[in-house]
Amino acid sequence: MSFSITDPSRRQKWIAGILVVTYAIVTLLPLVWIIATGFKTPPDSIAYPPKVFFSPSLEGYVNLFTSRSRVTPEDLAALGPPATWYDAIVRQYDMVITGPSRYGERFLNSVIIGFGSTFLSVFLGTIAAYAFSRFKVPLKDDLLFFILSTRMMPPIAVAIPIFLMYRQLGLNDTHLGMILLYTAVNLSLSVWLLKGFIDEIPIEYEEAALIDGYTRFQAFYKVVLPQAATGIASTAIFCLIFAWNEYAFAVLLTSGDAQTAPPFIPTIIGTGGKDWPAVAAGATLFLVPIMVFTILLRKHLLRGITFGAVRK
Amino acid sequence: MSDPMAHRIAAATPPALAHRIRGLSDRAIAWVFVAPTIFLLLAVNIFPLIWTIRLSLTDFRTNRPNNPVKFVGIENYRKILTDADTWLSLQATAHFLIWTIVLQVVIGFALAYLINKKFRGNDLWTTLIVLPMMLSPAVVGNFWTFLYQPQIGLFNYVIAFFTGADPSSFSMIGEVGLAPWAIVIVDTWMWTPFVMLICLAGLRSIPPSIYEAAECDRASKWRQFWTITIPMVLPFLMLAVLFRGIENFKMFDLVVQLTGGGPGATTQLVSIDLKREAFEKWRTGYASAYAVILFVTVFGLASIYVKALNKVKDR
Repeated sequence: MSFSITDPSRRQKWIAGILVVTYAIVTLLPLVWIIATGFKTPPDSIAYPPKVFFSPSLEGYVNLFTSRSRVTPEDLAALGPPATWYDAIVRQYDMVITGPSRYGERFLNSVIIGFGSTFLSVFLGTIAAYAFSRFKVPLKDDLLFFILSTRMMPPIAVAIPIFLMYRQLGLNDTHLGMILLYTAVNLSLSVWLLKGFIDEIPIEYEEAALIDGYTRFQAFYKVVLPQAATGIASTAIFCLIFAWNEYAFAVLLTSGDAQTAPPFIPTIIGTGGKDWPAVAAGATLFLVPIMVFTILLRKHLLRGITFGAVRK
Repeated sequence: MSDPMAHRIAAATPPALAHRIRGLSDRAIAWVFVAPTIFLLLAVNIFPLIWTIRLSLTDFRTNRPNNPVKFVGIENYRKILTDADTWLSLQATAHFLIWTIVLQVVIGFALAYLINKKFRGNDLWTTLIVLPMMLSPAVVGNFWTFLYQPQIGLFNYVIAFFTGADPSSFSMIGEVGLAPWAIVIVDTWMWTPFVMLICLAGLRSIPPSIYEAAECDRASKWRQFWTITIPMVLPFLMLAVLFRGIENFKMFDLVVQLTGGGPGATTQLVSIDLKREAFEKWRTGYASAYAVILFVTVFGLASIYVKALNKVKDR
């Protein structure tokens, strides 16, 4: 490690550190509050002043995963003792569990559509990026411009013709329809990012493989793919996060079978007003995987975030 | 994994086909590899655009598919551009756009500058700061309505704690004067890290030797900042502004969850207005014309901006 006269002094580092950490704490407060609210009881969640210390409860999670209905105290007494701990929580409020809520399905839809579209956009993106990187193909020089221009259209504007098209094709409110749509939205970015990664792999490796008697296909999957693995993985994370978080298309094009979690979570309501602990519980389960992903894979995410555009 | 897989595929493929695949020319491979991507992009990006333009010249309504469709020429365009509501939405969008960009550039650059001082643990804190922008805007926006509640909301409580105001005396999303700022605050909270990351990439691209040379020339820190740091980061910063500008011009998910466009039409951004026309009033032809106008606006502004950006880059 070399020191130079331009290195920041110790004092500068301390001041910078304190300011950044302060910002980070303030900015994380809403996220901490989401997670905390998920473990509060409904009265605790709307207490004044807002409760920082509270005795944790799983009521929010129970309410998130069940649908309940109110019964009279006499009926409740006739039911006998609650069979499970979550029955017991619900019965404090003169309610019984009538079945599972739709949250599980919505979450599963998010998983299916998220991973399905990620797989497709990375698969198609990789082979297209390879062709763009190594061969003369049309559109090559306009690629970035094309990506940018597809991103200029508001999703609502795209949704109008897609809605009509999908209605004709029977793709409205289907997993396949959403997977294809998210794939197409992610694809241009995926090709662009992957082209950057593949450009960096020296072409000499493949040439050597071709001379050794490999076909193009073999050279592609034995030489290029392993080298591009990190790039492919970080592109995949980026596509997954987009599909996971997407709301505009989901709310317009899905209503029942294929609805994902983002349009569903805001519609969670309790009896007599919004059930904030249940909403927070649903949000926590939905957001925390992405937070963990981000922290674990921070080194690989940066490039996707900056759109791959700040590379040399 | 590739080796046995290749043999399996080779073994399972009938000889004639295997020969054909193995013998594919580079040109053919290029086409096979690119075709699905081009097909999907055409089907989901270009084709809808053309369809939208066609619809925009008609009075088609999606909820009445059996009505005869009448060609109305540029009537829709004329109506939109003379409608006062459109201009209200554009004003709301301009307010949102300008303030989010100003705040995000100032805070984002300041954070990047501080992080670039390379204090211990800076990469962990950077990651933590980045968290909000990785999350679903609709889900987070919905939860912010809870933080903004008068009395019980955390945001109101914190503001009241520092200013001494009564936490139930103001409603960030319920008041005409405050709602436009409520959405600016949440968007800034969410997307400042994006500007920060791009600025950080810019700061890290400056070779230290330039500062060393300036130091030898006895240039003051202040002068170094304005003559080295700012000009070198400017292209990056402008790129960040381009991305945020495009994203916020078409902003939908976060704001529709936060305020739904209200109160009144104070936070009715163009995307929200467009959604109303297209999917609530079902005026498909009118909404299509609206979409085309928005697209042309962003496209035009972005093109001019990119020209300016390239000039700065080449300097």
